[in-house]
Amino acid sequence: MVMRHTISVLVENKFGVLTRVTGLFSGRGYNIDTLNVGPTHDPTLSRMTIVTRGDNATVEQICKQLNKLVNVVKVVDYGTDKYIDRELVLVKVASDSKNRAEVAQMVELFRAKIVDVQLKSVTIEITGSEAKIEKFLMLMRDFGVLDLTRTGQVALPRE
Amino acid sequence: MSTATKKTKKTTAPPAKSASAAPGPVMFGRDIFIEALEREGVEVIFAYPGGASMELHQSLTRSKIRTILPRHEQGGSFAAEGYARVTGKAGVCMATSGPGATNLVTAIADAFMDSCPLIAISGQVAQAMIGRGAFQETDMIGVTMPIVKHSYLITDVNDIPRIVKEAFYIAQSGRPGPVVIDFPKNLQQAKTQPRWPTLEEVKRGLRGYTDAVRADDIELNEIIGLIDKSERPVLYCGGGIITSEAAGELKKFAEATQIPVTTTLMGLGGFPETHPLSLRWLGMHGSAVANWAVSGEFKLRKTPSEPLVKLKEGADLLLAFGVRFDDRVTGKFEEFCKNGTIVHIDIDASEHNKNKRAHLTVHGDIRDALTRLNALVSKRPVTRKITGWHQQIAEWGKKASFHYEITPEIAQSDHVKDHMKGHENEVILPQMVIELLYELTHGDAIITTGVGQHQMWAGQWYKYTQPRTLITSAGLGSMGYGFPAALGAKVARPDKQVIDIDGDGSFLMNIQELATAHVEKIAAKAIILNNQHLGMVVQWEDNFFAGNRGHTYLGNPDDRRQVYPDYVKVCTSFNVPCERVIYRKDLKAALQRMLDSKTAYVLDVVTPYSEHVLPFIPAGGTVADMKY
Repeated sequence: MVMRHTISVLVENKFGVLTRVTGLFSGRGYNIDTLNVGPTHDPTLSRMTIVTRGDNATVEQICKQLNKLVNVVKVVDYGTDKYIDRELVLVKVASDSKNRAEVAQMVELFRAKIVDVQLKSVTIEITGSEAKIEKFLMLMRDFGVLDLTRTGQVALPRE
Repeated sequence: MSTATKKTKKTTAPPAKSASAAPGPVMFGRDIFIEALEREGVEVIFAYPGGASMELHQSLTRSKIRTILPRHEQGGSFAAEGYARVTGKAGVCMATSGPGATNLVTAIADAFMDSCPLIAISGQVAQAMIGRGAFQETDMIGVTMPIVKHSYLITDVNDIPRIVKEAFYIAQSGRPGPVVIDFPKNLQQAKTQPRWPTLEEVKRGLRGYTDAVRADDIELNEIIGLIDKSERPVLYCGGGIITSEAAGELKKFAEATQIPVTTTLMGLGGFPETHPLSLRWLGMHGSAVANWAVSGEFKLRKTPSEPLVKLKEGADLLLAFGVRFDDRVTGKFEEFCKNGTIVHIDIDASEHNKNKRAHLTVHGDIRDALTRLNALVSKRPVTRKITGWHQQIAEWGKKASFHYEITPEIAQSDHVKDHMKGHENEVILPQMVIELLYELTHGDAIITTGVGQHQMWAGQWYKYTQPRTLITSAGLGSMGYGFPAALGAKVARPDKQVIDIDGDGSFLMNIQELATAHVEKIAAKAIILNNQHLGMVVQWEDNFFAGNRGHTYLGNPDDRRQVYPDYVKVCTSFNVPCERVIYRKDLKAALQRMLDSKTAYVLDVVTPYSEHVLPFIPAGGTVADMKY
């Protein structure tokens, strides 16, 4: 059964590592939904959080192949509920003096933040779980989404 | 990029005062690199120079390492593989940047598929020129990324000792494989005081890599339990047995448990094929007995759409040791050993459940696992008898063995008409040549092959009793592998008879290496089974395309009676003796002359092209589709 998997990959901070990791996916025709890379508490290591789709056998194979890379220190396929995931989204919404208050109210409700205001648009920053973000973006569509950028999921295990 | 590298170095840097850390004199990057190779025990390098690697060749002129100049980088890199496969040590090849580097790519892919330790060094343009489309610039790291175990672009002259040490460690440990080192020219010319790390320091620096993988005790005990219960067990063993030097332990284990053994093509030599427990090798062109023993015997189907009718049960327990369930072994994955319990021991966890789901997967080195299994068996000997199973196998053995005959197609072939007039009975079949070679060498030669029909016959008609005696491109199937690999093998084992059993197509692909053989005085031999065709593709054309020839004729279309090209003349021009054999009566003496030669020697044996390799399970087929 094809399911979404969030895979955390702890890698050494060396050049070419990102290419080696993504090459494993592209070379096998697997798609990556989102990919996020950033430093960790250890400056010699980075963490990649990759969201991908596949049946169990496919994901098992992906994780094992990732583990084989010399620069990959640890691979974890997060099961459901055992991790916390967040995403940050910047969304530019069409909004002028007529409905700015309405937008602000939504922003308030979702504990998001308006980070820039222009004559005909506002830019909103929102973080949270995927479900929350999807809901918020759906509501923003009524006002008109002009532009959007997402970091992709970052995740940590609960324990 | 550079900051990240530096940070990592800081954490991996060993205490400055350790003895090994004592910096040497100031040296050029090129000299540091060659000394690093010497420190790894490299005896020979197959290297073709060019602008971006000539600095290293200058150092090599002052080194104790033997430099062998191939006549094409592909030849050099296949030779390095041959050397590696025979010794178990990493083979080393080198080329310049750009086209030199890309000519190494096939051997790198080959080494990746066949788990062969290979260090492939490429010169690179100066760092300041990288990315500018410089003359002979290719992104070698990018090109080879999916086909290496690991790769390095040297970006700091101080990194050379560590990188070389890491590269050899990674290439030769765990599941071996190719490692690429791309070396910019300006760093070959740069100077520094090298600091030589120890292996321990290097291992500590590699946080994402370990070679210490040992099977779990509970799992090994479970295997013993499964053996106790099984009635029809089979050992299916591969290249892992040879890589981990486990042949002795395997023999002990098989004899103690009386379990019959089949090997893959890569595993040939891992278990003596002359042993009563040997089923020979399995798969598309393997022995019918081995295939039946694993998957059961079925009524032969005419087409894959017909239902499967099972006649005899196959293995109820398949012990897959150091194998990877290659499609040429399994055919249709689902039908392979369908009703058996599968135990898969491998050092590479990604091979578990990749092609075929195993019931018990064991992650570990196979020699270690077999040693411990043997200890368990000797403590608690296997008592159950499997005489019935042995009888069944003996029965299958009587029913089908490797065989050949002069069929009407052969008697009426162009070859017989054109070349055998009045001597029709003297036609030489390719199998006969190998059978006779086996007799004359008493099975004690190192055999290399190209790829195709001759390769399969070399597997069938020569019997391998020692590890590292069949050197063949199994996974990638690289034509042109045979003769260069024979050169590398002969350099490693000058005491052994090394013979390339080749096809005319494969031999022609790296024929320039005759010069290497002559100039470097490497007495490797070659037998060309010359049928003037791309025989294996012809066989598929006969089976699946009603014999329509799609560019599979390699002779001279204007004069089909000519044997083309004339290998005797070609070899003579390289100062390599060569003779052509057409009649069977001449074959034995000619083979003996070849074996007795103190120099490289080529035998051009003309054979009909209409011979098919049997048994034959079509790709994706099952044992029920096996022609034998």
